[in-house]
Amino acid sequence: MTELKACPFMRLHPDDNTLVARINADEGTKIDMDGGQVQLSQTIPMAHKIACRHIKSGDVVLKYGMPIGVATVDIAPGEHVHVHNVRSAYTPSVVLHEADAVS
Amino acid sequence: MIEGWLRQDGRKGIRNSVLVAYLVECAHFVASEIVTEFRGQDVQLIGFPGCFPNEYAAQMMERLCTHPNVGAVLFVSLGCESFDKVRVSAAVEASGRPVRTLVIQKAGGTKSTIKLGQDWIKSALLEIDNVSRTPLAPSDLVIGTVCGGSDGTSGISGNPAAGRAFDFLVAEGAACIFEETGELIGCEEIMAERAVAPELGQAIRESVLKAERYYQTLGYGSFAAGNAAGGLSTIEEKSLGAYVKSGSSQISGLIKPGDIPPCGGLYLMDVVPDGDVRFGFPNISDNAEIVEMIASGAHMTLFVTGRGSVVGSAISPVIKICANPETYRALFDDMDINAGDIIEGHRTIDEVGQEISELVYAVAGGQQTKSEQLGHREFILTYKSFEPIGPACLPNLHS
Repeated sequence: MTELKACPFMRLHPDDNTLVARINADEGTKIDMDGGQVQLSQTIPMAHKIACRHIKSGDVVLKYGMPIGVATVDIAPGEHVHVHNVRSAYTPSVVLHEADAVS
Repeated sequence: MIEGWLRQDGRKGIRNSVLVAYLVECAHFVASEIVTEFRGQDVQLIGFPGCFPNEYAAQMMERLCTHPNVGAVLFVSLGCESFDKVRVSAAVEASGRPVRTLVIQKAGGTKSTIKLGQDWIKSALLEIDNVSRTPLAPSDLVIGTVCGGSDGTSGISGNPAAGRAFDFLVAEGAACIFEETGELIGCEEIMAERAVAPELGQAIRESVLKAERYYQTLGYGSFAAGNAAGGLSTIEEKSLGAYVKSGSSQISGLIKPGDIPPCGGLYLMDVVPDGDVRFGFPNISDNAEIVEMIASGAHMTLFVTGRGSVVGSAISPVIKICANPETYRALFDDMDINAGDIIEGHRTIDEVGQEISELVYAVAGGQQTKSEQLGHREFILTYKSFEPIGPACLPNLHS
C-alpha cells in the first residue's frame, strides 16, 4: 500500500496562516510548525483547516494565499479554523450594487 | 512533433471526426441508428432536442459543427421542427467540410434514412482522410477546464494542479478557458485585479453580479450545510476552491459560449444567460459546460473530480484529473491523472501540474484519454439566451 508522508497537513501557499488536513488527523497528533510543535486538541477531518500561526481577532484568514474570511476571536496555532471562529468578509455584489443605486 | 488537421479557417484540429447531428428529439433515434453502424470508428452523435427555435442553440450548433476537431457533418431532420437546417448546413459548407442533410419525412422514413445516412458516412470518411496535416504548436491550442463531482479534495489537489497546468500552457501561448461565474461568487475582486485592463475587470465584476441575481431568482443556495461539513468555512473559501483551477495568469478576456479566443491567454467564460431567467438552470449538468467550452474552440477539457465523474465528451476529449486518491484507486480505468498523490504527499502541486500539461500535448498528438478509449461521448445542448459580449471583453490585438 502507498506510504503516507509524516505530516497530515499541507500548506497551500507560503503566505497562508492555515494548514489543510490531507486526511483525518486524530486528536493528539503532533504537528511541527514554525513556532514549535503543537498537539491537536481535537480530531480534524480531512479538508478542514488549522491555524499555523497565532491569528488575532480581526485578522484576515489566508488560504491559497487569498483571503477566505476574518477571525472573530484569537486563534492559537494548531486550533481548528472554521465557521465557529471565522466570518465571511464577503458582501454580495447584488447588495453593494443596490446600495449604490440612485433611485 | 505534433501534427493536426488543417481547416479552411486556419484552425487546427487534434481529431478528425464525423458528426451525426439530430436537429430535434424526433430525429434522435434515426441519427443514433446511423452511428451504431460505425462503432469503433470516429463517428459521433450530437443533437438538439427542442422543437422550438432558439438563437443560442443555432449558434452553438454552428460552432460545434465547424469545430477544428470535426471533419464532416450529417444533419438528421424530421422535417417539421423549427431548427433552421438551411442556415446551419450552409455554415458547415462554407467552412469547407463535407455536409449532408437528411429529412426523415422526405427520405421515406426510418429505415431508408438510416441507410442513406450510413452510405453517406462511408463516403465522407474516405473524403476526410485527405485533409492535410500540419505542425501544431501550443499557441494553436484552446484548453477548457471544469470541475464536477467535487468533494473536499477537489479544491486542495486537483484544482490547484489544473491551475498550475494552465499557467504552463498559457506561458507557451495556448488559450485557456475557465468558467462558472455562479461558482466564483466571492472572487470577483480578486478576478478583477487579475484582468489585463480595468474595463475588463469591471466587465468581470458585472458578470458575477449577473450570476448572483440569476441564482437568487432560482432560489439556489450557494453555501450549504454540506459545504461546512466538508471543511469550507465561508462562501469565498468555497469559490476559491473552484477558482484556483484558473491558475495565476492575468485574465485576458471575458467570453460567452461560442466566442473564440482571438489569441493565447487566460479567459473567463460567462455561462449565465442574459436577461430574465427564462430557461431554468444555466448548465444542467457538467457536459453542458463542456459543450460550451467546445463551442468556443476548446480542443480538450481538463475535468477535475473528487467523487469520480466518468464522463467524456463528443467532439473534444476530456482529461480526467482525480483529486481524491481513494477515488483514483476505485475508478482507475476512468482516470487520467492522479492528483490524489498531492493528498498523500507523494508529489507536489507543481509536479502534477507538469504531468497534466505533458498529457495535454500527448492528447493533442493523438493519444486517447481514458474516457475516449471507453467510448464516452456525452453531449447536452439546451435553451439559453445571450447578448453579445461588450468591447471591453476581448484583448485588443492592435494595442
